[in-house]
Amino acid sequence: MLIELDNVSHVYQDENNVKALTDINLEISRGEFIGIVGHTGSGKSTLVQLFNGLIIPSSGTVKVNGKNITNEKSNLKETRRHVGLVFQYPEHQLFEETVYQDIAFGPKNLGLDKDEIQNRVKEVMELVGLDYQEFKDRSPFNLSGGQQRKVAIAGVLALKPDVLVLDEPSAGLDPQGRKQLAELLKYLYQELEMTVILISHRMEEIAELASRVIVMHQGEIVIDDTPVEVFSREQELHKLSLDLPQITEILHRLDEKGLKVNTDLFSISEASAEIIKALRSK
Amino acid sequence: MSLIEINGVDFLYQNDNSDRPALQNINLQIEAGDFAVIIGSNGSGKSTLAKLLNVLLTPSKGEIFVSGLNTNNRDNTWKIRQKVGMVFQNPDNQLVASMVEDDVAFGPENLGIPTEEIRQRVDKSLEMVGMAGFQKFAPHKLSGGQKQRVAIAGVIAMEPDCIVLDEPTAMLDPQGRKEVMETVQYLNKEKGITVVHITHFMEEAINADKVIVMNQGQILHKGSPKSIFRLVEQLKDVNLDIPVAVEVAEYLRREKIEIPDILSIDELVDALC
Amino acid sequence: MLKDITIGQYIARDSIIHALDARIKIIITTILIIALFTIDTFSGFGFFSAFILVVVLLSKISIKKVLKGLKPILILVLFTLFIHIFLTKGGQVLWSWKFISIESEGVYTGFFMVSRIFILILFTSLLTLTTSPLQLTDGIEYILSPLKRFGVPASELSMMMTIALRFIPTLLEEADKIMKAQQARGADFESGNLIQRAKSLIPLLVPLFISAFRRADDLALAMESRCYRGGEGRTRLHELEFRYYDFIALIIIVILAVAVSFY
Repeated sequence: MLIELDNVSHVYQDENNVKALTDINLEISRGEFIGIVGHTGSGKSTLVQLFNGLIIPSSGTVKVNGKNITNEKSNLKETRRHVGLVFQYPEHQLFEETVYQDIAFGPKNLGLDKDEIQNRVKEVMELVGLDYQEFKDRSPFNLSGGQQRKVAIAGVLALKPDVLVLDEPSAGLDPQGRKQLAELLKYLYQELEMTVILISHRMEEIAELASRVIVMHQGEIVIDDTPVEVFSREQELHKLSLDLPQITEILHRLDEKGLKVNTDLFSISEASAEIIKALRSK
Repeated sequence: MSLIEINGVDFLYQNDNSDRPALQNINLQIEAGDFAVIIGSNGSGKSTLAKLLNVLLTPSKGEIFVSGLNTNNRDNTWKIRQKVGMVFQNPDNQLVASMVEDDVAFGPENLGIPTEEIRQRVDKSLEMVGMAGFQKFAPHKLSGGQKQRVAIAGVIAMEPDCIVLDEPTAMLDPQGRKEVMETVQYLNKEKGITVVHITHFMEEAINADKVIVMNQGQILHKGSPKSIFRLVEQLKDVNLDIPVAVEVAEYLRREKIEIPDILSIDELVDALC
Repeated sequence: MLKDITIGQYIARDSIIHALDARIKIIITTILIIALFTIDTFSGFGFFSAFILVVVLLSKISIKKVLKGLKPILILVLFTLFIHIFLTKGGQVLWSWKFISIESEGVYTGFFMVSRIFILILFTSLLTLTTSPLQLTDGIEYILSPLKRFGVPASELSMMMTIALRFIPTLLEEADKIMKAQQARGADFESGNLIQRAKSLIPLLVPLFISAFRRADDLALAMESRCYRGGEGRTRLHELEFRYYDFIALIIIVILAVAVSFY
């Protein structure tokens, strides 16, 4: 069990006392790719900040790798070595003079030695597709938006976390950028065996990448199942003001209108082939 | 006479060390009442074009006329800016005051409109964008979609002939995007305000009167949504998001299945069943 | 966390204090602060405290909220108190141990200073709690405008203040986000000596400044697009207007201030 949440609730300690999370019980195992969806304000961002101790819940316990991180004795730096978190628009956290130094910030905080730091920076720059020699001495502020984002993500990957959490990592990216990101996530998940947790509003992204989908609404987990299962529950999702992946929407509507198609396909090419088959057999 | 006329316009940024101008040979007319959508990916020059329309920038070559006023003539600058309002991408970085009504009043205040009339314009504008009742709210308590609508209200309060929106939905969630698009369509269809909407989301061009596709500083295609959406492969080549329904239609056409030009899921489903 | 700053936060209420013209309130607060520094007896402080109580009641804001504004400076105040108690000498020796002694002058001065600080903060809090940011900046602009002929850009200063106030909550939120993002990479803002902690702020301050500059850039474009070209010729949605009760309030305060300083 990698991450375990037990009866977790959280109320923000400000003038509004908003109840951000209610009675969350959640188990995340190694080797999962989890997609988290939900309306803005449903608690997704609050939830993932519990995973690395950025937020300590008002009640309940959070265990990472078996260790309870909700008591004061816990070493949060250690937890953050294992659970990496990439915020939305992560390029807003860049601050160093060179790309190298910014990516090295994380490993430096972990107390690694210079050689190890250099190895890691080289590794992660290659992972995200930034040529080491070309970019290492450049100022992060002279890069394009897409390149800046790569630097920011590399900065978190340099911690070599077991779990990588990303909050809307494709926000503001163009189709090419999104494709590169999806490939990166697939690589991390399949080749490097990272557990990945992805918050996204883009259902297509979730359907393509996730093995498990958690649907949140007003601070609670309302659905926790495979993508196929979750996206078959059209009525419920619409009531939660959530969309289906567009391809799923199309297949459902065709099916309703009498064209017999398998509605569990998420790839456009496969779905199109399925539609063609159904049309030809009419 | 068109509301906006762009004739042979080039634009080169001063300290630009790239190998081509930001804009090259732009020729375009926007008629009063149009809902024009300019689509292009990053680097296509669409934001530069937006800024040329309200004289935040002036052309390096060529001319732009707004209601007959030449943007190259400095004397026209403030008149043009009242006629062409602009809404920007970042919802926060347009709001100037600590209360919604004070921000919407900012434009009219700059125009020297009398106090009594400002009050009326503020209330009316907020109503038109669906934010009536939010007068005393603080901006940081609003959602992204609400902030953008307040920004739009602030522009409408100046009673412009045309609103230019430069990627207004890029930083919003699906809910916010819907709110803004509904507002913009309402303003165009019900209130007759000319709209120039700049985006990289092709879905937002479905209801346009004319669609302009830009790439690398040049206009690639101009036409109705249906004629543009047909060019699936070319649009993919310039890094644009094709709506899923349109892609599916393309797959079907390749397999010799007859599909008329469709723009949305509704039209696709109707065409197939 | 960082949003708990009550000093400067406007709480809207339908009260006579809120209805007073912002310019009068600024002038009154100034007069009161000057009077505060002329008195030298605790009974004077007592009088001002009673006055503050009356104003708070009239303002319809809960006393608790008003006192919350004292929280941020509590540490400074306690520090001042202890400095005087232990270091200011004079009068009777009240307690001593080895070379440390507490004398009555020290205690008196300590409490005196503390009372003055509290009342000063409360005066300012009352002003900002009952006057909206826009009214405040308008009021200051009006008071400064006679200086325009000497080159003081009163309107532009006022616009700057309005924008600054508008962005405080936004920047605080952003600072929070940046802090969390850096903490997620192992940054530590809490441990270490003073120098280490100052250095640890760089990953917070650099992105924040860059973001602030970017916002300023964007905002300037938006303002120009909405035809802003400086203060000349601008009209206002909310006009400041003197009413009869403004003058009554001013007269009352002047009488009180004079009376107290002579007492």
